[in-house]
Amino acid sequence: MSVARIETLERADSTLLQLSGDWTLATMPRPISALEHRLRTLALDDPAWDLRSIARMDSAGGVLLWRAWGRQWPSSLLISPSHRLLIERVEAMPVHRSRDSGKDRLLAFVVVGRMVLGAAAHLAGMVALIGQLVLDLLHIFRHPGDMPWREFSANLYKSGTQALPVTALIGFLIGVVLSYLSALQLSTFGADVYIVNLLGISIVRELGPVLVAVLVAGRSGSAMTAQIGVMRVTEEIDALATMGVSRSLRLVLPKVLALAVVMPLLVVWCSGAGIIGGMVAANLQMDLSYGFFVDTLPKVVPVSNLWIGMGKGVAFGFLIALIACHFGLRVKPNTESLSSQTTSSVVTSITVAILVDAIAAVLTRSIGLPI
Amino acid sequence: MNENVNLAAKEGRKAAPVIEIRGLCTRFDKVLIHQDIDLDVEAGQMLGLVGGSGSGKTTLLREIVGLLAPSAGTLRLFGQTVLDPDPERSRAVRRRFGMLFQQGALFSAFSVFDNIAFPLRELRTIDEAMIRDLVMLKLAMVELEPRHGSLMPAELSGGMVKRVALARALSLEPELLVLDEPTAGLDPDLSESFVELIKVLQRELGFTVIMVTHDLATLAALATRLAVLADHRIVACGAAAEVLAVDHPFVRNFFASWRAAPTPRQEAK
Repeated sequence: MSVARIETLERADSTLLQLSGDWTLATMPRPISALEHRLRTLALDDPAWDLRSIARMDSAGGVLLWRAWGRQWPSSLLISPSHRLLIERVEAMPVHRSRDSGKDRLLAFVVVGRMVLGAAAHLAGMVALIGQLVLDLLHIFRHPGDMPWREFSANLYKSGTQALPVTALIGFLIGVVLSYLSALQLSTFGADVYIVNLLGISIVRELGPVLVAVLVAGRSGSAMTAQIGVMRVTEEIDALATMGVSRSLRLVLPKVLALAVVMPLLVVWCSGAGIIGGMVAANLQMDLSYGFFVDTLPKVVPVSNLWIGMGKGVAFGFLIALIACHFGLRVKPNTESLSSQTTSSVVTSITVAILVDAIAAVLTRSIGLPI
Repeated sequence: MNENVNLAAKEGRKAAPVIEIRGLCTRFDKVLIHQDIDLDVEAGQMLGLVGGSGSGKTTLLREIVGLLAPSAGTLRLFGQTVLDPDPERSRAVRRRFGMLFQQGALFSAFSVFDNIAFPLRELRTIDEAMIRDLVMLKLAMVELEPRHGSLMPAELSGGMVKRVALARALSLEPELLVLDEPTAGLDPDLSESFVELIKVLQRELGFTVIMVTHDLATLAALATRLAVLADHRIVACGAAAEVLAVDHPFVRNFFASWRAAPTPRQEAK
């Protein structure tokens, strides 16, 4: 392969430009914009062009010459018929017009408006999904045989059993950290024994449910969104629909029910691990005996705290699964949408979980707390 | 066709075949896919690779484009190995062919325009204005309109996906075009016009083609040579008439309807 060459021959009345070699994308000297610039400068004083000794030319070469000529044929041109054909094709090519947006002044309003409309659409979608779930539940009461037990049990296993190690580990570590930091503060007042009250109330009532919510939203929520999303991309959901299988009954309901069942159990499990972590740390740091800790815990932490924690677990599980399914069903068949919907799903479920937690804290402020 | 062969002859200076396969074997764990495959594709040829399902056609195609390493044997494109350990050389070879995937494999996050522009932008030597012109030219080549450039792949019909994928495969002016089931999933009308498009472009641009297809009509319209993959090896290779003469059960079955079909294009001489 030979490279593209330009030779300039000065004649009495005009200049002759002789182009030779291969004018192809692969062989033109880089950067191509420099070559184009050079040709453009040469083309300024309208020389005669001799392209007959060009061995090979592809459309990149053709486009380059056409651009250098200012999108018109030069007045004097010698060229082989096949190359002329090629450049004629370039000539016939439609010119790309970039769309200009002249709405800059209103942009802020448009953006805010879109966000509001988007949020409203999400809310409407969620309400519709909840309505569908209620209808599905009614359907199942009338036809118990239609309950998708297999999917329900698979979801219990995936979101529950498989989450046991990680929730225990996180709970235990948080318990250790919390106990260690509180012990430092409490010992300055000589109030060491209150570590039990502090850990008990905070972990059972608040930290356990919220930690599990965050973990499950990241673990199972994202998986659910991605799964439903990919099923949309690969038209599996459409396949289900054509077989007369309700997507909400088969995909959404088992996920929501399973997570609502399994979350409170995970909350108890994680809180337990947290208490054990705190107990171990208190024992190591302040010599608080395990027996004392276990004896005192039920006395200072009313059992209603456990019910509140578990109740939050049910609510979080329900919401996380619902949000995950909602975003999963909104995935459009492309990769970008899949990733953005999965992100939105996790972010939304964590935010909603914490929001609900705050509301619950206000509503339950008179329950289970020693005054 | 003559023009085409002239072009091929002109490029033939280098003498190295576009694809040169020697003693290629493929094994997945213990499953033998290919054994001792030899195959040459010369510049300007259009080779149709046929074989029963599971015979390893697509595997061979994936080995040719360097997505898969053969277990043994050599495979050269343009006299060079695709799986060159030097990334620079490997990339240089990869830029000389374009592949049309069965499902198009368009980047779903990019618009049609950006899909076609992607390989050009990756070169990093062409400015955006020229890329725009080149993409418009490629769109016109595959008979799409400029307004289609702003569509997303999800909004395209099956036939358009193939056209856009072809435009993307051609955007680097490849010397070799690799087609995996070019007409699968297209109705006969669309399939015929797509084959016609490939034929016209091949005549104009003079690239070499290797394709895997089940579709006899596509084969008849495009392939100047056939290679039949069966029993882990190539049991027949050559012009259609030669291949038809081979006595092998798969060849007999596969081409049973061929004799009734329109006369296949003979290899241009």
